[in-house]
Amino acid sequence: MTVADLEIQLLAVVVAVGCALPGVFLVLRRMALVSDAISHSILLGIVLGFFIAEDITSPLLVGAATATGVLTVALVELLHRTRRVKEDAAIALVFPALFSIAVILISRFAEDVHLDLDAVLLGEIAFAPFRRVQISGADLGPRSLWLMGALLAANLIVITVFFKELKLATFDAGLAHALGFSPALVHYGFMTLVSATAVGAFDAVGSILVVALMIAPPAAAYLLTNRLPRLLLLSGALGTLAALSGYWVARAADVSIAGSMASMSGVVFLAVLLFAPDRGIVAGMRSRARQKLAFASVMLTTHLLHHEGDPSAERESREAHLQEHFRWSGDFAPRVIWHAERQGLIVRDGGGLLRLTPLGREAARHQMTR
Amino acid sequence: MSLGELVGLVLTDYTVRTVSIGSAALGAVAGALGCFALLRRQSLLGDAISHAALPGIGLAFLLTGSRAVPVLVLGAALAGWLGTLVVLGIVRNSRISEDSALGIVLSVFFGFGLVVLTLAQRRPTAAQAGLETFLFGQAATLLERDVALIVVVGTSAVLVLALLWKEFKLLTFDREFAVSIGLSATRLDLLLTGLLVAAIVLGLQAVGVVLMSALIVAPAAAARQWTNSLSVMVGLAGVLGAIAGAGGALLSSFASGIPTGPTIVLIATGAVGFSLLAAPERGLASRLVRDLRTRRRVLSDGVLGDLYALACQHPGRTGHPHPVAVLKAMQRSRGGVERSLRRLEADGWAREVQPGEWSLTTAGLARAREGFRAELGADAPPVTGQRR
Repeated sequence: MTVADLEIQLLAVVVAVGCALPGVFLVLRRMALVSDAISHSILLGIVLGFFIAEDITSPLLVGAATATGVLTVALVELLHRTRRVKEDAAIALVFPALFSIAVILISRFAEDVHLDLDAVLLGEIAFAPFRRVQISGADLGPRSLWLMGALLAANLIVITVFFKELKLATFDAGLAHALGFSPALVHYGFMTLVSATAVGAFDAVGSILVVALMIAPPAAAYLLTNRLPRLLLLSGALGTLAALSGYWVARAADVSIAGSMASMSGVVFLAVLLFAPDRGIVAGMRSRARQKLAFASVMLTTHLLHHEGDPSAERESREAHLQEHFRWSGDFAPRVIWHAERQGLIVRDGGGLLRLTPLGREAARHQMTR
Repeated sequence: MSLGELVGLVLTDYTVRTVSIGSAALGAVAGALGCFALLRRQSLLGDAISHAALPGIGLAFLLTGSRAVPVLVLGAALAGWLGTLVVLGIVRNSRISEDSALGIVLSVFFGFGLVVLTLAQRRPTAAQAGLETFLFGQAATLLERDVALIVVVGTSAVLVLALLWKEFKLLTFDREFAVSIGLSATRLDLLLTGLLVAAIVLGLQAVGVVLMSALIVAPAAAARQWTNSLSVMVGLAGVLGAIAGAGGALLSSFASGIPTGPTIVLIATGAVGFSLLAAPERGLASRLVRDLRTRRRVLSDGVLGDLYALACQHPGRTGHPHPVAVLKAMQRSRGGVERSLRRLEADGWAREVQPGEWSLTTAGLARAREGFRAELGADAPPVTGQRR
């Protein structure tokens, strides 16, 4: 592995964690698509910043881009406030317009400079090691790594220092307001952080990967835990997993790194969606099946209790009859009986008759009287 | 180029005619179907669908080796359709909210699309331009047979819309009622979303994956401001979409270095801005005017009431003049007292007995009583009564 490889992977991890942290709050606040809007419209800020500074590496670009991101959020809110457009429509109107202006400006006036549309949208993390920070001739590493590292640090600091405030504003905005935290201040402060992070990540990996890394890992982590600190840690970890595995898949198959990382964040999310211990789809199916069996065996015990000590029991308390009586399918009835036997609710006597155990009788009585 | 020359070109030049007809047709279809997306709060679903279509385009090319537009569009439609099903699946089967599900589908499908495109570009037959125009769109690449495809699929989509108009309308505005009278909401949902997918993928070639969602939302949002009737809205959105489509395609064909998609989007967004400001009932300008009128009305009613109260202090002498200063004091410097008086004068309810001194007219007296009754549900104290 070369130094460049290591640098790319380090950058990938820093970007992934840096995006996942604010992403947690976006997902919790149901504002996931704000990341989509911001990551597109910051292009306009970059273009305008470029026209002013005439230098693609100027820090002015980062500032201008961050400001456009916040402006996007403000415009969406302004449009929504007129009550003439719903919020989702407002998002869908604002960012394509800003993005369109940027694309037209680029293709009209900046085609010959180094503002490649594809690179902007799709990002090419493989080139990140070529743009280096040099101070008086000394090589200090890739520019993106410094920028994104600083943004990751900013995220960590803001989230640690304002943990209480962010948590409260996220889960109980009304109480936060009542306690004197200005909702506008929290909102726009947080949006500035998201916007700056998106700008840094956008520089490294392009706008679409920003969305993938901000939403997919936190959404996956949200299926794994209910505690905010754990959610933040898990999101960072899952983001790292997606970024690194994406990088290696891209290396192996020689395909777009950003695309591969986005795909892997989808794979990670899908895996969690299916196999999460409590909230996964598989776990859900299993617990539904268990509940169905448990309910059916309670039905069985009450049925047996009803006919217990009665001549009809000879006919009613047989496996074959259950299929008819409860309309249980051929393989479901034996499974219910097996389940009830295992729970010690019933026993099968020599003649194939099902009888309640004292425990089963107790359970059935309890069901009937509660 | 003058407008006349432009019209002449559209009529005579083959390419220009093809491109403008094609873009107008897809704009019309997108606008009409976008109304339902907008009203059903699915504006961002369009964004997810159009991004999700990218891997479909790439895979269709990889699997068939064909660059024929119908093949690529079919691939796009399948992928976009799959994307919406995944969004639905995530929302139904987990506690992930819809916005997160949309964000995940949008970015992951698009990312996978990039992977597929990098694979496709290694094919010797892959003319790069062919697939990459799908990112930002290039209306100039529309051929006559592409336009035919747009017109045929678009017309079929609009036809389905017309045939199931009642059902879709009910689904949009009162879903519970639709279910209660025995319509299958799920099936209608899927069908309507399918039509939306069709409208979106038709536009990908000309407008591009990234911006197609705006062509769905913007004409509908603009049309919504002008009317409260669904059929008018759908028709208007279709017309606006067609104008934006044709206008954007023409502009970008003639000015060098202007991509089509963004131009179309900006025209459509401009229409939204104009409609938000200028629409007769919902427009912000007309709301401003209405608010101003109401404010003036309230102020002059207040002054009328004050004049009445003053008249009550002078029983039997209705015409007794009162100085403006008194009225101003009674209005507690709410301002506009003079203007209100002029207004009342114009209505014939007050008159300036001598400069700066005013009194009610007989009509004004009646009007003040009427207003008092309307407001408080009781008769106003008579002016001729005892001095208080």
